[in-house]
Amino acid sequence: MELKDLYRDVILDHNRKPRNFGHIDQPDASAEGHNPLCGDRLTIWLKMQGDRVADVRFEGKGCAISTASASLMTEAIKGKDKASIGELFTRVHTLLTDQDAVASPELGKLAALSGVREFPARVKCASLCWHTLNAALDQGGKTVSTE
Amino acid sequence: MAASVMPAPRPKAYDVQRVRRDFPILARQVNGKPLVFLDSAASSQRALPVIEAVDRYEKTSHANVHRGVHALSQEATEAFEGARDRVRRFVNANSTREIIFTRGTTEGINLVAQSYARSRLGRGDEILITALEHHANIVPWQIVCEQVGCTLKVAPIDQRGELIFDQFEKLLSPRTKIVGVAHVSNALGTILPVKRIIEAAHRVGALVLVDGAQAVPHAKVDMKALDADFYVFSAHKLYGPTGIGVLYGKEALLNSMPPWQGGGDMIKSVSFERTTFNDLPWKFEAGTPNISGAIGLGAAIDYVEGLGIEAIAAHEQHLLQVATEALTRIPGIEIVGTAAHKASVISFTMAGVHPHDIGTILDSEGVAVRTGHHCAMPVMEFFRIPATARASFACYNTVEEIDRLVAALNKVREVFG
Repeated sequence: MELKDLYRDVILDHNRKPRNFGHIDQPDASAEGHNPLCGDRLTIWLKMQGDRVADVRFEGKGCAISTASASLMTEAIKGKDKASIGELFTRVHTLLTDQDAVASPELGKLAALSGVREFPARVKCASLCWHTLNAALDQGGKTVSTE
Repeated sequence: MAASVMPAPRPKAYDVQRVRRDFPILARQVNGKPLVFLDSAASSQRALPVIEAVDRYEKTSHANVHRGVHALSQEATEAFEGARDRVRRFVNANSTREIIFTRGTTEGINLVAQSYARSRLGRGDEILITALEHHANIVPWQIVCEQVGCTLKVAPIDQRGELIFDQFEKLLSPRTKIVGVAHVSNALGTILPVKRIIEAAHRVGALVLVDGAQAVPHAKVDMKALDADFYVFSAHKLYGPTGIGVLYGKEALLNSMPPWQGGGDMIKSVSFERTTFNDLPWKFEAGTPNISGAIGLGAAIDYVEGLGIEAIAAHEQHLLQVATEALTRIPGIEIVGTAAHKASVISFTMAGVHPHDIGTILDSEGVAVRTGHHCAMPVMEFFRIPATARASFACYNTVEEIDRLVAALNKVREVFG
């Protein structure tokens, strides 16, 4: 277990300067995520063009892993349709939980999250934003919880 | 088998290295570094005499209590009831009838809420707690308020994390039936003026339940001197086992209360028409109790009193002072909870770094601290922070470990730039 595998430069950079941070007025969809264990909260807003995410923003308070993961996610999904976002989520999930997973090229910068799996207590920090995104895409806009 | 061991003679000076040898777990490594355990406020480690007392009981004397005429059952009963008397002496209660074994602090509070409050309180009655409480001293009262229509009131704290006593007194009225208050705040370390609180509450006729979970490891508690109506604590914060705790209650009160749970051991006779409940304390102990836990608690009390609780407290206060000064010198660290009287707990935040990141990096250095809301979300809300990191010090911690904490915190700064 190596600390520098968890806190890679990409992660620290996205924590310091989260991309797509803020909210969208009149979003087409939004959802709130909550990790009751640590109190992390996160809201995601989406602007859709048909099946495609035209714009995405998030706000929240959380640790470096949860903030960076959300920031990286927003960059990765912008312009993608639901089906490719679903595929990406599966890849991220595998990366976070499967010890033997090799980061596929499709993951791009999201591969920086591969160190999280060495820290099981932190996997939920990284996955909160994805569960919240799924809730927003499914609409309903209800609060999702990691528990 | 006797639950007691003779207390070791008190050393002239507090010999922390000798104490550490009594805690086998402290010898282990975490992430390739010697463990620095600074999370005793969540759960302290087990002293060897506790582990051995439980082990001895399980290997030689286990049987169910209060039941058989056979030798093992009698030995187990003697050890179990011996532990109860050990607790009675520890808290200076009048009688073992006032010592109810529970699963822990939380269960003790739920017992009082469901047995006492639920049967006595109604609309217009109030339960008063403080803004410092652990969820265990909030939620059981909320549940009973929902059940009977009484109201929960909360006395505020100030920016240092101290109870604002004037405001607490103003909230007291003849409507106040129960005051629930922590002896020591788990999130901030604040020591509350429980004696004054109890006197003020009694003046308006309210009963007082004191949550002593964080107090008993650090201070001598004396039921006769304190005059609390109920006092609850857990063994596992006192170097004893998990799953066992104590509800102290004044005998007349406990006698007047209905049983909480029904079952074996809490009855004298049962027929389908009528059941006669057992006497105190067993009236509140339905089912086979945690026998080995009680024996472990007895051994833990022996251990603590062998070291001397004043000697432990003096040692911990020294560590608190050293750690407070050391953390104050680290740029960006802010200590949350700066009460004049504190137990050996330091909650803190670090500018620009979430407590969970602090926790992970400290762990990689072998340093265990608690991070999160400490089951005191209203306290976090008051300070407008989602969480803190918390270092807590026990009888076995050293000044060198504070150096390790400081070095690890510098590492956090290094990682986060």
